[in-house]
Amino acid sequence: MSMLVLEDVHTHYGKIEALHGVSVEVNKGEIVSLIGANGAGKTTLLMTVCGMPQASSGRVVLEGRDITHEPTSQIMRSGLAIVPEGRRIFSGLTVEENLHMGGFFNTKSEIRKSQAHVYELFPRLKEREHQRAGTMSGGEQQMLAIGRALMSRPNMIILDEPSLGLAPLVIKQIFEIIGHLREEGITVFLVEQNAHQALHLADRGYVLETGKIRLHDTGKNLLENPDVQNAYLGG
Amino acid sequence: MAANNFRHALFCAVVTLIISIPILGLNLEAKGINIILTGAKTSTYVAIVLAAVAVFVFQAYRDSIMGLLGKLPNFNPLADKEPMEQSKRVKLESWILTGIVVLALFWPFVVSRGSVDLATLVLIYVMLALGLNVVVGLAGLLDLGYVAFYAVGAYTFALLSQYTGISFWMALPIGALLAGLTGMILGFPVLRLRGDYLAIVTLGFGEIIRILLNNWTTLTGGPNGIGGIPEPTLFGMEFGRRVKEEGNTSFHETFGIAYSGEHKVIFLYLIALVLAVITALIIRRFMRMPVGRAWEALREDEIAARSLGLSRTAVKLSAFTIGAFFAGFAGTVFASKQGFISPESFVFLESAIILAIVVLGGMGSQLGVILAAIAVTILPELAREFSEYRMLIFGAAMVLMMVWRPQGLLPMRRIHITLNKQE
Repeated sequence: MSMLVLEDVHTHYGKIEALHGVSVEVNKGEIVSLIGANGAGKTTLLMTVCGMPQASSGRVVLEGRDITHEPTSQIMRSGLAIVPEGRRIFSGLTVEENLHMGGFFNTKSEIRKSQAHVYELFPRLKEREHQRAGTMSGGEQQMLAIGRALMSRPNMIILDEPSLGLAPLVIKQIFEIIGHLREEGITVFLVEQNAHQALHLADRGYVLETGKIRLHDTGKNLLENPDVQNAYLGG
Repeated sequence: MAANNFRHALFCAVVTLIISIPILGLNLEAKGINIILTGAKTSTYVAIVLAAVAVFVFQAYRDSIMGLLGKLPNFNPLADKEPMEQSKRVKLESWILTGIVVLALFWPFVVSRGSVDLATLVLIYVMLALGLNVVVGLAGLLDLGYVAFYAVGAYTFALLSQYTGISFWMALPIGALLAGLTGMILGFPVLRLRGDYLAIVTLGFGEIIRILLNNWTTLTGGPNGIGGIPEPTLFGMEFGRRVKEEGNTSFHETFGIAYSGEHKVIFLYLIALVLAVITALIIRRFMRMPVGRAWEALREDEIAARSLGLSRTAVKLSAFTIGAFFAGFAGTVFASKQGFISPESFVFLESAIILAIVVLGGMGSQLGVILAAIAVTILPELAREFSEYRMLIFGAAMVLMMVWRPQGLLPMRRIHITLNKQE
C-alpha cells in the first residue's frame, strides 16, 4: 500500500525548473530516506508535496487522493505533518503552547491525549513545559518541532534535515525517536545530508542529484553502493 | 575619547550651524515693494552658537551620557519585578480596566465641556489603536494606511446622511461593515507581502483613499468636505435646542430640564465610551479564541504556521477585516462628533499617530495601548502653552520613550491557556 506517490513531478521557481521529473514512492509504515547534496532539490521536493510551490506537471498522490493542486492548508490537514528545515518553532510561545498550535484543528480532548503522548516520547519537553521555546537548546527545539508535528496525529511525517546543526549525541537521540515512530505505525519520509545515519535507519532510500532521482534501492544496498559511498559517505 | 567621536561631534555641530543660521539668523523684511534681507539680533546668534556647542558636547560624550541614562532608575515600577502569576495578573488587569471604565463613567460630570470633548477624542483613538493592535501587534502585519478604514467609516456615515438622511445608529453598523469589507479587499493583494513591502502597499492604499475623497468632488465635495452630519439620538430624543427631524422629541423637554449644550457632548462621550469598551471586550475575546492564536503563530513564523495547516489567506484576511471594522466604528463616531469631515482629517500623520500609540503602548497589550492612547492624545494638549514647540516636545517624549522602554509602556504578556485535566 503506498502512502505517498510522486509521479514524474516537475517543479518550477518562476522560469527555472528545480525538479526535472521526479518519481518517488513511500509505502505505509516505511521509513524512506532522501539524500542528496546541497542544491539537489531535496527541500523543493518536500515543499512540492506540501503544495508550496505546486508541481507544474506530474501528480502527487497522498493515500490515494490526488493533492497536486490542493492548497497547502488543505494538504497539511489531511494526515500529513512536516518538521520543517531549521525547526521553525514559535520561539515566543511556551513549549506547551507550541504543542497546542500543532493540534490546532483537533478537539481539546484529542490535544490532551496527544500532548501526554509527546511528553512520553520526549520527557525533556515535559520538564520545560512552561519555558519559552526560543530559550531552549537546539536539540530540545528539534524535539519540540517533532512533537509539534505529532500533535495532529499524522499518518505520515516528513522530516527535513532533523540533524541540522545538532551535536552527535543529540542526533543519535533524534534518530532513535524516528525509529520509534515507525513502530507506532507512522510513515516517515526523511530528508538528510547526514546520509550515513539516514540510510542506516531507512527501509529504502532515494538519491537526488540536480533535480533528478539518480538511484533508488534499499537502505542497506545504498550504504554498500560504491558510488554512494564515494559521493555521500566520505569514501 | 576616540578621535572618531570627536570628528563626528564636530560634524554634527557644523551641521547645526549650517541649518540654523539661515533659518533663525536671516530675516526677510518687506520695505515698500522691496524685500530686504536683514540679520537677526546678536542674542539670536549667541543662542545659535550655544546650541551648536551643546550639540558638540552631547555628541562628543554621547556614549557616557547614554550610559548614564541607562543607569537611571526605571520609572516603571513593574519593570524589575518578577512576572506576576498569570491568574493574579489577569485579575489585576481586569480590575484596572474596570477601574478605568468606572472612572470614565463619572468623568464628564465633574470636568469642563472642553475636557469631555477631548476625552471623546481619546476614546476614538482608543478604538482605533485597539483595532490596529490586532493587525500590527497580534498578526504582525505592518499597516501604514490604517487611517483609510477610519475614513471609510466616517465618509459612509457622512454620505449616507447627506443622500438618504440615515441616523447615527443605522450608520454605525453599516460604516463598520463597509470598513471591514474594505479591509478584506485590501487584504487580497497584500496576502503575499510582509514587512516593508506590506508597509509600502498599505501606505499607498491609505493615500489612494484620501486622494479619491479629495478629487471625487461630485460625490464627496472634495476638499470642502461634508457638513451637517447629524448627532446621535437617544431613543428618538434629540439633543439640540430645537427638534430637527419630525417625529423626534428633544431630550431636555422630555425630562423637563433646562436646555444645556453639555448634554450633547456628554451623550456623545458616553456613546464613545460604550463603543470603546465593546471594542476592547470583543478583541479580548478574539485574542483567546483559536483565531487569536493563529494570528500570533503567523506573526511568529509564517512557514511554520502554514506547515500546521493554517490558511494564510484566512488568518491574514481576518486580521485585516477585524482591524478595519473597528476603525469604521471609530470613524462613524468621529463624523458624528465633528459634524463636518473633510479629507484633511485622514492624512498619513493620523496613521502614524495610531501606529505610534500601538508601539508606545506595547504591541499586543490592550491595557498598554489604552494608556498610550490617553497619553498621546492628551500630551500635545497639555503642552499647548508651549505653542509651536509642543510637537517638538511630543517628538522628544517619543524618542526618550523608545530609548528607555523599546518594548512599550506595558509589554504584552501572553495569556496562557491550560487545558483542564479530565478524568
